[in-house]
Amino acid sequence: MEPDDEAAIASIAAGDRPATEDFVRKHGPWMLSVATRIVRDTHHAEDAVQNAFAKVFDNIGGFDGRSALKTWVHRIVVNESLMLMRKANRSRTVAIDELQPVFDNNGCRIEDRWMTMETPETLLVRSDIRAQVSGKIDLLPDNYRIILVLRDIEELTTQEVSQLLGISEANVKVRLHRARAALKRLLEPLVRGQAV
Amino acid sequence: MSRAAPTLMRRIHGMMFKLPLMITCEAFEDFILAYLEDELSARQRFVFEMHLKLCRECREYLAAYRASLELAKAGGKAPEETLPPVPDDLVKAVLDARNQ
Ligand SMILES: [Zn+2]
Repeated sequence: MEPDDEAAIASIAAGDRPATEDFVRKHGPWMLSVATRIVRDTHHAEDAVQNAFAKVFDNIGGFDGRSALKTWVHRIVVNESLMLMRKANRSRTVAIDELQPVFDNNGCRIEDRWMTMETPETLLVRSDIRAQVSGKIDLLPDNYRIILVLRDIEELTTQEVSQLLGISEANVKVRLHRARAALKRLLEPLVRGQAV
Repeated sequence: MSRAAPTLMRRIHGMMFKLPLMITCEAFEDFILAYLEDELSARQRFVFEMHLKLCRECREYLAAYRASLELAKAGGKAPEETLPPVPDDLVKAVLDARNQ
């Protein structure tokens, strides 16, 4: 455990308000961004973060330092966000099946030729890229979107996702691949350099 | 953008992919995730990479899949230093709940 963390944890566990406030201001921003990615609704994301802080403070005395403090807090905010995800209003989503790769009856792929491909490095310098990418991810149906978010963006392992969602690891992998394939289709105009 | 490969080309591919150590694009698709996570056996990887060498469609598909994945990973979240501060009312709500 980092010495900073250790001191903060002791003060928070002892009920020190300024130390607690420092902790909330330090960790709150990234916790809110995690929660927003999962629940996709600011109001519910704030609720999830508030619930997560309550869990963190209730349990911080027993935090054993076996994982980094941030990893431990991250798991808690992911968990609280998942609980609220189902309550958040869903906006328009796409049909995942319609975005899967297409094959002919010989099992041969039917894919439009790629004449040019923008590299992610080129695209990532564009100021609007994050909004574009997040917007496309948000179009995926929740049961696929959440797996892509947890595995590829929050960087949880297949095993962790499987435990959190109560589905098999095989199922996590199938859905992850389908979510990525669908996202590839949604991002294609960008990657092909055709998007405005 | 040019069109997808013509039917004749795909029919030739279709026959070729029935040969030993060959897989169809559809079978290739099912191996992509395991390939990227380095979970294929040596033999499976050989078969996968062989298909990749022979099949332009799958090569382009995989390149686009990887580019899109990289975009999602890097573009899906904003760097921490650019995030806005926590709203004051949320900070207050958290602290008040703590002090009850
Ligand atoms: Zn192929």
